[in-house]
Amino acid sequence: MSGITSALHNHHKLCDEDFADAEDAARKGDWAACGAAYGKFRDELLAHFGVEEDVVFPAFESRTGMAGGPTQVMRGEHVQMRDLLQQMDAALAQKDADGFGGAAETLLLMMQQHNMKEENILYPMIDQAMGQDGELASRIAAGLGA
Amino acid sequence: MQPGLSFEQAPPISVPFRFFLTAPLFGMAAGLLLLWQGPAALASRWTSVALALTHLLAVGFMLQAMCGALLQMLPVAAGANIWQPKRVTHLTHAGLTFGTLMLVGGFLGEQALLFKVAVPFMTVSLGAFALIVLVALFRTPARGPTIIALRIAVFGLIVTISLGATLASAFGWQLALPLTEITHVHAAWGLGGWSLLLVAGVAYLVVPMFQLTPPYPLWLTRAYSVALFFLLAGWSITWLPLQRPQGLQAALACAAALLPVTFAAVTLRLQGQRRRKVTEPTLLFWRVAMACLIVAACGVILQQLSPGEEDYAGTPFLLGVLLMVGVFMPVISGMLYKIMPFLNWLHLQKIGKPGLVVPNIRQMIPESRMLMQFRLHMAALALLLAAVPLPLLVYPGGLALIASCVWLEWNLVVATRNFARFSRELEERLAAEAAA
Repeated sequence: MSGITSALHNHHKLCDEDFADAEDAARKGDWAACGAAYGKFRDELLAHFGVEEDVVFPAFESRTGMAGGPTQVMRGEHVQMRDLLQQMDAALAQKDADGFGGAAETLLLMMQQHNMKEENILYPMIDQAMGQDGELASRIAAGLGA
Repeated sequence: MQPGLSFEQAPPISVPFRFFLTAPLFGMAAGLLLLWQGPAALASRWTSVALALTHLLAVGFMLQAMCGALLQMLPVAAGANIWQPKRVTHLTHAGLTFGTLMLVGGFLGEQALLFKVAVPFMTVSLGAFALIVLVALFRTPARGPTIIALRIAVFGLIVTISLGATLASAFGWQLALPLTEITHVHAAWGLGGWSLLLVAGVAYLVVPMFQLTPPYPLWLTRAYSVALFFLLAGWSITWLPLQRPQGLQAALACAAALLPVTFAAVTLRLQGQRRRKVTEPTLLFWRVAMACLIVAACGVILQQLSPGEEDYAGTPFLLGVLLMVGVFMPVISGMLYKIMPFLNWLHLQKIGKPGLVVPNIRQMIPESRMLMQFRLHMAALALLLAAVPLPLLVYPGGLALIASCVWLEWNLVVATRNFARFSRELEERLAAEAAA
């Protein structure tokens, strides 16, 4: 994993801990801890979407001319995951443990299968198309706050 | 070659659901057969009742659910698109369901005609399924240990089908073939080469994904499927010569059985290191399955090290119950409780629009119902294992198996009905919004 997307790949794993902490805290009714862990998780996830949508996907699309393909599908899934984050926001505000847990588990499955598609298929395609683009790599790193 | 880059190839929801809803019915049939035959079902693995029972579970329940799950999983998890998914589904599901009924009927009634009907149905439907899936697995741009495990698994399925068709033809057309030897190899490929490798390939993806565990170690995912394949292949070849090399055969069988022990132990350890603290039914099902896999594989090793013991009729029944009721049925139930709610949610998303809240996956099947089925299934497992020394326990064991399968079926029906209900509600809300 030495390609341009390796930073994105590694970032996928980064949010797992905060997700698990938030879920556990909600289950126990510890809403302060849940809010803290969830806030961190949410920020990381949105930063990840942002880098992909604003930096990586446009560069790939303009290099290959593939605008309606896999990147479009990924953008659609980002929308669905943002919806789930909103449901979690609402559940957190209402201290609704069932609602939070249900939306969280849905997001987890959605996120994992989304990551799987990116890691197995899209990222390798991007690496192949973009080669070693130093400027793009530093923009990715900046966007992820790495 | 850049095939299948539109990940949106997930088949219609009715494709996998028809397999999932059919599978528990065969499990119930197996329970009924146990009640009908009573302790006679345990007499020997070679009776027609035992063979019918085995195939009700292995083909009726396991293979049915596995085909549905594989058709669903390939486009999403492996980026492998199935050619003509709808037609392949109809053909596979109908051929498999009808073929299983004919096969079981053939065993129970000892009817050559039923075998003659079952052979073409099962060979054509399953053979086409396996080949199409194999092509998809070789064309996918995705790489990794799951793809390798799945390719070998599907090859194992093809070996299993070919040998099974040979055996059924021997019954149907009274061919003189070494039936015992072929049966051993057929069963080993069906359980080891196909089922265990499918579970491994799926586990590499879903065990870390569901519970946020560390990934499987590379040494395991690199070696496991290839090593199991070569050991099974070598072991199968030892059945060919008239003078069987018995020492070599036992050594290969033991080496092959050590692999699932390792796989199951690693899986249990990974699950012990999970970051999610929530204990859910799927996790419970998987942990029981891995524990049973260790016991069953150790049982195989003990059996190999003490030749002659295999004449004891209880051993195959014990191993069969451990593997089918203890390992594969729980893994499948646990997977269905994840797959069906998630598919419901995914397909409901297509009706809705951004911002319109779709019920989440926990609202598809109540968790208490899944836990109830888990308990019933554990009761069935314990009673059926205990029926080996205490044969009368086969009656409550059969009843518990029926109860577990009825409960599973009902849970899956609830998920299906919830999909229909939520679809309707979403459409009504959209219509109301449009009118306002």
